[in-house]
Amino acid sequence: METKTEKSRDRAFSIFYSALCALFCLCLLSVLLVMAAKLPPFGDPGNPSNNEVPSRYIEQGPAETGAVNIVAAMILEYRGFDTFGESCVLFVAVCAVLALLRNEERDAFDELLHDMEESTHDVILKGVSRVVAPMIAAFGAYVIVNGHLSPGGGFSGGAILGSSMMLYAFSFGTREARRILSYDNCRRVMTAALLLYALIKGYSMFMGANGYSTGVSPGAPGRIFSAGLILPLNIAVGLIVACTMYILCILFSKGEMR
Amino acid sequence: MAGGLLNNYYDVVAVILFCIGFTTLFLNRNLVKKIIGLNIVDTSVYLFLAAKGYITGRAAPVIKDGVASAEAYINPIPAGLILTGIVISVSVTAFSLALILNLYKKYETLDLDEILRLAAAAKEDE
Repeated sequence: METKTEKSRDRAFSIFYSALCALFCLCLLSVLLVMAAKLPPFGDPGNPSNNEVPSRYIEQGPAETGAVNIVAAMILEYRGFDTFGESCVLFVAVCAVLALLRNEERDAFDELLHDMEESTHDVILKGVSRVVAPMIAAFGAYVIVNGHLSPGGGFSGGAILGSSMMLYAFSFGTREARRILSYDNCRRVMTAALLLYALIKGYSMFMGANGYSTGVSPGAPGRIFSAGLILPLNIAVGLIVACTMYILCILFSKGEMR
Repeated sequence: MAGGLLNNYYDVVAVILFCIGFTTLFLNRNLVKKIIGLNIVDTSVYLFLAAKGYITGRAAPVIKDGVASAEAYINPIPAGLILTGIVISVSVTAFSLALILNLYKKYETLDLDEILRLAAAAKEDE
């Protein structure tokens, strides 16, 4: 009897909670819509966000950093320490997921997971990924290396590279993938890339945080070997992102990585 | 007001997406769906920031033909901010999914109410 009244009380509370949430979200929606209507007009050059900072980046960026891609010049040169923090966040995320998922006893959850130990028997998947995975990897490397010349850079190129590694691991099985893309190798590459980034960025900060004073010439904008330290920084970021994506994906699909 | 809404249609879509994600975060009991709601909220913020950086009729901020004039390109700063946001959202998603995985291993359900009930029952048993 008591459990029955408790249950009905629970139900009443959950209905009340849902109604309150819906009401709150509707109020929030209307407030935000009024705000959106009063924001500066979309696409107007005179908006307050288009102040002297972006103009400075665009007008002086190519001469100061040698990078044609202003976003790359911004995130790796003018705001390079911010990007270092981002890479550290990725590294810490991998560490946290590892700490949470490793050394767990196997139980019913494993039945939900694919057994990736052996390679799949799907001929089409294997045949296609044998052709496609290297192409994706090459495209990812292209996007990373051309980060200062074209749209893209370490983060997007690293994600593409990581997806080719995932495709390889999923279609050929982790036992096959472990020969090159083992956890230890990924961890080493990732830590080395993070250290490389910290060294390069620390060096450039100690030399005055200016592209000219590092001793590495910005070069002629538009050439592949230009933009001073942006190219190695992009490569470091790309390796970190690719290894993070791969490690996270394997950890979540298998629970453990050996 | 209606004119402002029509003019700022990107912001309006971002706001609506934000509220959809927020409502999912509140009302859905499934923890994985809560994370999906959080990701919808993130996406709406990226859309909002990208809309703030756009300037009608200008090119993406990659210097073309040596024209280094601020009049020719859109604002590059929101692009950098979105990059930061994506990285943080990926990290937070991975971390919360790992936590949820551990919760699932312990309680064998993804329903938040059920987990709370089971946890309370386990506490009473002690």
